[in-house]
Amino acid sequence: MGYQWNGQEIAADEEGYLTDLSQWNPELALLIAEDEKVAMTDEHWEVVNFLREYYDEYQIAPAIRVLTKALKKKLGEEKSTNKYLYDLFPYGPAKQACKIAGLPKPTGCV
Amino acid sequence: MSTLHTVNKSPFERGSLASALAHALPGDAVLLIEDAVVGARAAASKTAEMMKAAMPACSLYVLGPDLSARGIPSTDVVEGVTVVDYPGFVDLVAGHDKTQAWL
Amino acid sequence: MSDTKRFLYVNRKAPHGTIYALESLEVVLIGAAFEQDVSLAFLDDGVFQLIKKQATTGIGVKNFAPVYRALGDYDVKKIFVERESLEERGLSEDDLMEIVHEDDEEEEHNSIEIVDRARMAEIMAAQDVILSF
Repeated sequence: MGYQWNGQEIAADEEGYLTDLSQWNPELALLIAEDEKVAMTDEHWEVVNFLREYYDEYQIAPAIRVLTKALKKKLGEEKSTNKYLYDLFPYGPAKQACKIAGLPKPTGCV
Repeated sequence: MSTLHTVNKSPFERGSLASALAHALPGDAVLLIEDAVVGARAAASKTAEMMKAAMPACSLYVLGPDLSARGIPSTDVVEGVTVVDYPGFVDLVAGHDKTQAWL
Repeated sequence: MSDTKRFLYVNRKAPHGTIYALESLEVVLIGAAFEQDVSLAFLDDGVFQLIKKQATTGIGVKNFAPVYRALGDYDVKKIFVERESLEERGLSEDDLMEIVHEDDEEEEHNSIEIVDRARMAEIMAAQDVILSF
């Protein structure tokens, strides 16, 4: 599958993860989010941007428990609980948020 | 806590056998399988010396079917190295706490 | 936890030429979810996996070297590098990337420990399971 954005065909794998990370941009993120039935708010963007920063630094999409631990440090206790993240991304924060962030599926995502 | 170390690459090609012998502790066993069996010939003095040096402390084995497949008679094997068959391989695995592969 | 086992991942090959280093890293990351007592060993050409400033764009493969620095987040805190392997290759600790982990007080500690060959042999002997790459 892929995404139609700005008259271009953006390639993705069968689960909707971008094939080429460098093609990501915030507008494309909104399009992917729409497909995921996620209405992006500032809180969603905080998580998505955090994932992109983490990937930029470590070249890896963090597993969920790594994500919650790191988010707790950065955004505080209430913005790092599993419940908070699942409220934002009902089909799994690591999976859905990573997809919207244009990252590969997290390694060690069970 | 004794370990069975397996080596499956020729010592003429890479350093796995040397590394395995350097890290094996007294009471451990070292088994040569696959291409590593070409290093078990007594006539190859360098590798033969290396194995003899390890032998008082560790027991050394070589897998017979891999020798035969490569046309190496068991009489050519370094003295003190025991030739085992597949059931012997299984006994070695079962007789040690763990197996460590040197690839 | 009584059923925690000691796992050692032994890395002996240089990165990028074969898939071993990357496969090992992926197994470590996936295995981290099982909360076992995990250590990593780097010896022989495996020490090259931890060299800093690896740049793979020219050979067209993904550079997974930065992933090692995330190991602390995955609670992998014990990384043993063999001194003799470094020396034989003209390398020293200064050539290795910095890998740290945080303790419960969020204080950073170095995860890499340089050990000699005899100590490496003891570390290997003390494990329940050894996975070789």
